[in-house]
Amino acid sequence: MTDPFVEPVRFIDERTAAAPQMRKFMRYLFPDHWSFLLGEVALYAFLVLIATGIYLALFFDPSTAKTIYHGSYTPLDGVRMSDAFKSVLDISLTYKGGLLIRQTHHWAADVFVAAILMHLMRVFFTGAFRKPRELTWIVGLLLLFTALLEGYMGYSLVDDLLSGMGLAIGYGVGLSIPVIGGPAMLAIFGAPFPGNPHLWSRMYIAHVFLVPVLLATLIGVHLVLVMARHHTQFRESVRHTQKRIVGVPLFPGQAPRSLALMLFVAGLLFLLGGLIQINPIWQWGPYEPWLGTNGAQPDWYLGWLIGALRLMPGFDVTIGHYTLIPNPFWGGVLFPLVVLGVLLAVPFAERRLTGDRGVHNLADRPRDAPGRTAFGVAFLSWVFLIFAFGAADRIFVLWGLSYNVQLFVFRIAIWVIPAILYVVTRRWCRALQVAEEVEAIQESAEEDIRSRAKARAPTAAGGR
Amino acid sequence: MKLWQWLFAFIVGRVLRRHPPPESSAQEPTRIVPAGTPERSAENLVLVLLGLAVVFALGFIVVYAEFSPKGMSNSLLGICLGLSLLCIGGALAVVAKRLVVTEELEDDYPSAHPEQQEEVAQIVHESGSRITRKRLLVGAGAAAGGTLGLAALTPALSLGPVWDTTPLDLTPWRHGVRLVDDQGRPLRADEILHQSYYTAFAEGADKELLASSLVVIRLDPDKLHLPEGRSDWAPEGIMAYSKICPHAGCAVALYRNPKFPAVQPSPALVCPCHYSTFDPFTGGTVTYGPAGRALPQLPLMIDSDRHLRAAGNFSARVGPSWLNVRERPTNA
Repeated sequence: MTDPFVEPVRFIDERTAAAPQMRKFMRYLFPDHWSFLLGEVALYAFLVLIATGIYLALFFDPSTAKTIYHGSYTPLDGVRMSDAFKSVLDISLTYKGGLLIRQTHHWAADVFVAAILMHLMRVFFTGAFRKPRELTWIVGLLLLFTALLEGYMGYSLVDDLLSGMGLAIGYGVGLSIPVIGGPAMLAIFGAPFPGNPHLWSRMYIAHVFLVPVLLATLIGVHLVLVMARHHTQFRESVRHTQKRIVGVPLFPGQAPRSLALMLFVAGLLFLLGGLIQINPIWQWGPYEPWLGTNGAQPDWYLGWLIGALRLMPGFDVTIGHYTLIPNPFWGGVLFPLVVLGVLLAVPFAERRLTGDRGVHNLADRPRDAPGRTAFGVAFLSWVFLIFAFGAADRIFVLWGLSYNVQLFVFRIAIWVIPAILYVVTRRWCRALQVAEEVEAIQESAEEDIRSRAKARAPTAAGGR
Repeated sequence: MKLWQWLFAFIVGRVLRRHPPPESSAQEPTRIVPAGTPERSAENLVLVLLGLAVVFALGFIVVYAEFSPKGMSNSLLGICLGLSLLCIGGALAVVAKRLVVTEELEDDYPSAHPEQQEEVAQIVHESGSRITRKRLLVGAGAAAGGTLGLAALTPALSLGPVWDTTPLDLTPWRHGVRLVDDQGRPLRADEILHQSYYTAFAEGADKELLASSLVVIRLDPDKLHLPEGRSDWAPEGIMAYSKICPHAGCAVALYRNPKFPAVQPSPALVCPCHYSTFDPFTGGTVTYGPAGRALPQLPLMIDSDRHLRAAGNFSARVGPSWLNVRERPTNA
């Protein structure tokens, strides 16, 4: 009996000489730990974004030319709006299945960024960013920030009231870049915002082509870098060492698992898109610069920026009648740049601080590096508290907690709470380490007693 | 022998070769993937899940085909597509967990290659050994590349009026321009009531122009404390402010006007994006929130028909702050 797989494999190898690479690739090892799947979730959300995005691009009209709506949604009948907004209304309410695809696209974007962030935390708290994986870490961070830009442009393109407010703020934040803000925004937007026709064609090509290509390239580089050095692994047994990796081969073990995960992610995203409403733009209506809604909230992943803009005390830095640093610069530009800068510096700062220049293929547990873990918790809590303040107006509406009081409390809390968490986390990690040491000593003592008892046993038997 | 005999022998040979006797286990090559026992129940489960996936996918097609766009349930579509995907995912999970042999293998982590590192460096180094003026050539190359790059970037200046920032300062307001509502109807002084809030635009101007939209309110003239030089900007207590927040460009869409002034804060204009709060009594000064400068005020006058008109340009430039924003607006 001839193996039915021999012929096709021979066909490929005789034309590509790729059999050795195929052989090696199939037996590429994946250490088995659930937290290693977070990055894959992000990857698969990206695939759903591409698939649903292609569908949406076939129906979307990136034009700000004005039209009077007479479509299937009667409450907006006779309202003046852009062709862009009208086409998204049609996708949502006129084309069959359009709303499912649009909502799934939106959910996938939210899940994409969330998965990247979870993955980032996993990598940070296990020290997986250390040599030889610093480049993977940097590329991953660029991916995260590119994903934020892509998401922002995605909901800006719709030209509903919320997206217009988001763009207005983005434009205001851009103008606030010291000295070059004005000319830079005129170059990027083509004219002052709002009311210029250039922006939409630019944003459209950026959202559907330039930035996705950049994202796909970064994802490709990220994966190549991961494969070049393999995954890290936890010290689960004596076989897991810095030199030897233990894991499940890509084929046949990992492939069906990973494909199953892909289908689970896609399936859940389509369930979300079908069952849970997201961004009902027909309720917001079209954007006009003189309109605003109370309690406007961006997609979750921009909440940290709105929180920072709201927390900042009100002042412009001026010299004579020149405005050197307009206020939105602090929360909208400097704050995200500081976060990016700190995260980019993490592998190099840790190497500097610990003097550890070695290769690390074994992942730490968070307690193994109390300083790093404490810093991570403090830093994340700082960003998270600023993020949380972005919802202060909603908290006021829900629970009646005064906005003024919240502002006062948060301005203190964003500095005090991270400091407290730093100390607590550090001590907690130390305590866990000590508890483990004690346990190990007890175990070896018990082992000692047992072996001594065994050593005595034959003599007792002999004495009988 | 005849040809047909040769042919016959060849065919018999082929046929016999095609059906060799069953090999004994000793001759079987050593396995790479370890063997396991078959699991019929798992296979059945996979079949059931794949069958369900077919059912849900068909369901999606039926829902799509049967319903009109208005009557179509988005949730039904999502459930069909989502569950179909989840069923295939479930089938694959069963394959991974119960049908495929779970191996735990070991491999070396890749290590550095010091020898080849040196060779790469050596190749690069030796390749340039004929070049005597390395620095000069590298410098010239950098100059050529840099200049060409600069040339390639130059057309980007056409993306917008980069050097000319006057578009940021466009304002439709001049002395005598009438205030109109969003239908283009001129606003009369008498329709501006206390406790209420009106949006107005410059007559004949593009409403989307940032400086076009106004907030118009009426306050008690005796309680106003306008800055110097603005004493006649609010005839009968009617005042107009830019509707665009000078913080980040949102619409100042909230007018806080308490019903019980004794226990509630005084009237204020509020931006709902970051809660910058402006005091209309004092010429739009910031009383709360992140805005770095006052809300620009527009001087008003009432003409002989009792229509509201601008008596000049804004007190300051409209919109989010940037370098030259504090210069007085042109054509003031």
